[in-house]
Amino acid sequence: MNLLFDFTVDKAAKTVFITREFDADLSLVWDAFTKQEILDQWWAPKPWASKTKVMNFKVGDRRFYAMVSPEGQERWSIQKYTSISPKTNFKFLNAFADKDENPELPGSEWDLSFSEENGKTKVSVSIYNESLERMEKMIEMGFKEGFMMTLKSLEDLLATLSGK
Amino acid sequence: MRRDIFQAIADPTRRAILVLIAVQAMTPNAIAEHFDITRQSISKHLRILSECDLLAQKHEGREIFYELKIDKMEEIDIWLAQFRKIMEERFQQLDQVLYTLKNKKK
Repeated sequence: MNLLFDFTVDKAAKTVFITREFDADLSLVWDAFTKQEILDQWWAPKPWASKTKVMNFKVGDRRFYAMVSPEGQERWSIQKYTSISPKTNFKFLNAFADKDENPELPGSEWDLSFSEENGKTKVSVSIYNESLERMEKMIEMGFKEGFMMTLKSLEDLLATLSGK
Repeated sequence: MRRDIFQAIADPTRRAILVLIAVQAMTPNAIAEHFDITRQSISKHLRILSECDLLAQKHEGREIFYELKIDKMEEIDIWLAQFRKIMEERFQQLDQVLYTLKNKKK
């Protein structure tokens, strides 16, 4: 099935826009984004795992979770909910944190909108980084993590090639 | 021709080349030794990476060494490209989860 995936960047506005279609009705997709037990099944790109320690989906409350590497290394983040319109939209502030839930501010602002058409659900996400330092910080961390992920795919690639 | 950074990392061999030369500058022959593909296709990948402005060339004697060239904006592009990949993979995993949940409900 061909599902829409759109990724655009407005560097001047420091915002990333992502639109994705899912082959499921809106209430199921909404649950997948807002319920801990479903979120942990898909939030972390393999080989990382998502481990949610605390999640209260209420305005002013948060999700405190870790991305866990195959070696057991944990990278903690906090998503603080700033607005919730059930089955339509929710917003959160995302910040890296230590294991004791001390955030490293500033964070990025996530805004997620949901709509259903012909049995498919469209999710539109915008991610705004409030400062250039934050963007640089994300690059630093993202680069490191991405680099590790790339190393993993290199291992897989070399294993495939040498298996021939 | 100036290419899009996404083209650079769209291919697994090119991603692997980037990882290799991020660690140290290498000659095309040394790069080719890591892959079970022809020297010609390695040259093609190196040309595409050059067109994406990701390679710096250093001449030492008769040898040409390639290394990863990253300035601030390119780092942002690389990070964004990786972030795009993470979001793509994340959503593909969600497709699977949704598929399982839908079948359970039936």
